[in-house]
Amino acid sequence: MSKRTVEVELSTSGLDAQGRPQRIPLVTNDGGTAVALQPPPGLEPDLEGEHMLINIGPQHPATPGVLRLVLELDGETVVRCIPHIGYLHCGFEKIGEYRQYNQIICWTDREDYLNSIGNNVAFALGAERLFGIEITERCKVLRVIACELSRIMSHLVWLGTFCIDIGAFTPFLWAFQRREEIYRLIEKWVGARLTTSATRVGGMAADIPSGWMDGLRQFIRTFPHTLDEIDRVLTRNAIWVGRTVGLGVMTPEEAINWGLSGPMLRASGVDYDVRKDFPYLDYETYDFDVPIGANGDVYDRYLVRFEELRQSLRILQQAADRLPDGPVNIDDPRVILPPKSKATSEMESMIHHFKVVMEGPRPPIGESYVAVESPKGEKGYYMVSDGTAKPVRWRIRPPSFVNLAAIPKMVEGHLLSDVIAINASIDIVMGEIDR
Amino acid sequence: MTRFETVRTGARSPSGQPATQRNIPHRGAEANPSAKALHDKFASAVERVEVIWGETIVYVDPTAVHEVIRWLCNDPSQQYDFLSDVTAVEYRDAEVPIEVVWQLRSLPYRRFIRIKSQLQKGKPLEIDSVWDIYKSADWLERECYDMFGIRFIGHPDLRRILMWEQYKEGFPLRKDFPLRGRFSRSEQLRQALAQNPEARYSMEELTIADAFAELPEDMRERLGKGERTGE
Amino acid sequence: MGLSASPEHRTVSYAPESQEGWVTTRLDFLVNWGRANSLWPMPFGTACCAIEFMATAASDFDLARFGMERMSFSPRQADVLICAGRVPFKLAPIIRRIWQQMPQPKWAISMGACASTGGMFDNYAVVQGIDTIIPVDVYVPGCPPRPEGLIYGIRMLQEKVKNERSSDAGIRDEMEPDPSSQLYIPPSVIDELGEPFGNSVNQTRSGL
Repeated sequence: MSKRTVEVELSTSGLDAQGRPQRIPLVTNDGGTAVALQPPPGLEPDLEGEHMLINIGPQHPATPGVLRLVLELDGETVVRCIPHIGYLHCGFEKIGEYRQYNQIICWTDREDYLNSIGNNVAFALGAERLFGIEITERCKVLRVIACELSRIMSHLVWLGTFCIDIGAFTPFLWAFQRREEIYRLIEKWVGARLTTSATRVGGMAADIPSGWMDGLRQFIRTFPHTLDEIDRVLTRNAIWVGRTVGLGVMTPEEAINWGLSGPMLRASGVDYDVRKDFPYLDYETYDFDVPIGANGDVYDRYLVRFEELRQSLRILQQAADRLPDGPVNIDDPRVILPPKSKATSEMESMIHHFKVVMEGPRPPIGESYVAVESPKGEKGYYMVSDGTAKPVRWRIRPPSFVNLAAIPKMVEGHLLSDVIAINASIDIVMGEIDR
Repeated sequence: MTRFETVRTGARSPSGQPATQRNIPHRGAEANPSAKALHDKFASAVERVEVIWGETIVYVDPTAVHEVIRWLCNDPSQQYDFLSDVTAVEYRDAEVPIEVVWQLRSLPYRRFIRIKSQLQKGKPLEIDSVWDIYKSADWLERECYDMFGIRFIGHPDLRRILMWEQYKEGFPLRKDFPLRGRFSRSEQLRQALAQNPEARYSMEELTIADAFAELPEDMRERLGKGERTGE
Repeated sequence: MGLSASPEHRTVSYAPESQEGWVTTRLDFLVNWGRANSLWPMPFGTACCAIEFMATAASDFDLARFGMERMSFSPRQADVLICAGRVPFKLAPIIRRIWQQMPQPKWAISMGACASTGGMFDNYAVVQGIDTIIPVDVYVPGCPPRPEGLIYGIRMLQEKVKNERSSDAGIRDEMEPDPSSQLYIPPSVIDELGEPFGNSVNQTRSGL
């Protein structure tokens, strides 16, 4: 086996008899991954007893949002980690009981704010299930485009902030520059960059303007260059690999039992993607792969999300090619607003418009749970209706909440700087966790 | 990067490649085969089965629900290995009991089932925890406790998770809890500012209890009394 | 202090006021120029506005041209606290403590509707405006405000800084919260600020 031994001087290690610092060699094996040899026994620091309790957050540069981690440290090794959340709890589910279904769509933007338009689509699918509505073909394809654009946006933020947490600043700027392009597209479509409220029960808030598809195709054409650039900088970088390989490993059985979903689960080797296993919006008719990792460590999560970016582009290309003509909204005036031209000229349409706006559409008594594959994992909206315009219960199944619950398991035994890397690899959004 | 197939989901699914569901009827769609299996095995515990919008909902007696869920997880013909969600629903009608809802997925068989248990209001709201079956229930049940006040028996560390631990206003998602809270804004702010942002440790978690003597006086006092959660 | 007119229309006047001499006004000019053009922000980012703040700091809108690219996550080294995002009650003592940890001179920008007034979250969990907890200098409305909007707010703050005089008494006084309640403005004012208005008054009906 060919080895390239890299000798590293540690600043806090012991000194040998001549007063020179002792060294721990790192070797790279044939796979190109860096592996540290076990330090010789004499080098273990001889400290006893004292464990330190330190507090990271809730305001801290390296946490994606207001998360508080209380760490019990033995030197620099984490013995135990206790996360505290709730610093962004804003009563979404309570408010959902006081708002009509179309009004709740505005709230779905704000809870997972990196995936706003994806959340809008997820909620609309859930509400349409509750109403028993079939949406039009054009609406389905537009929603797929929206979901995939949103997935790209979310993964780019994750990539940028993950790089910053590990220490690489430049990919953050590249990622955000690409995001501005997507923002411009979304703004042309629905009018807002981040808090889109793009869907309505039964359709979309607006159809795409003319010339929008050209902008989308332009994006699909140019985005791979950025991906290649970031790939070149990070994927085989010795520092990157050294900092991410072998951290926060979850075995497949553990991952399923802890309820992980999305890239966290797939990096551990479990082939569960809601788009493939419980499809919606005709995802079974699109040709795309789902990347699965081998080891379940931070590096694999990075690779899985990176590959998902490429696969999202594939789906976007197919969706852009197959977008059918036709109406975007369904033709049911009890649920969705009639076109403005009709509402201002026909009495009946005006009354429907009034009722939909003032009272809101009313679904039959029942409940529905619709799960979609958000960039973070399995995102579910569970709604219970008692026949009124406002749901009895609106439950958000937050993927980041369940993913974050596994962090005490993942960081045990790692170093303090690894905690930051593992935390960043989960891709959490506090808005979704705390709701 | 290699594609490494450790667990192939849906490999045991009889229906092959799944498709987007279309034209789902409100009621009367075909039930999940697990519902029949549950009926056969736990006839006394299963109260009723409903299929609403294509989703199977099984109402289970609260005292038997832990056994039912354990069987659903472990039995080779069911294998509901993924707990999606644990939550609760309180209806607007005061007579209707509170329902605790478990949403389970079987990844090998690509199935989804919803288990519900009804808890009568007026009695203490308690039900068995499924933490020993699914680790994901840990935080999900804590949140259910925080928002509804339902105690999960057997949970290792049932504390508030979204509100702060001395929160006095009550359980926010109950229907008798007003939208803007029970206290005035200035009182809410006063109570919030009275919290010490660093004092959130619970006695059960910290095994540095042998360093208890070195903690500062006020912290020892507070921890010694045990964390009280607001009612 | 009130909002001044838009920055383009008003020129900063350095005409001496009463006992100020030539040296004091030149010194004020220099100090204020230095402070305004190198405000180090403390990004207290919680939610969606934080993402727009990050977008403003990134290449397309670039806060570095205003001297603000050095995000200071330690409050001890920060000049301006930019509260970007909603602040729930659980986070209230944290933002209070961060504000108290910042040394004078310090300013606060409340970015977005949620930080300014509680935004769309008129419920049990969210503080109805961070000005009930810390004194705010500039409010930037929007949900979330566009990066251009945030930059406009920052420019307003710069104008405000340039208008300060060393002879102004009390301008750099630390707020003093009441020791028992920790509130720095009277409770009746907080209750009044938190009252629902507009459509929010009618939105407390659950059900029909």
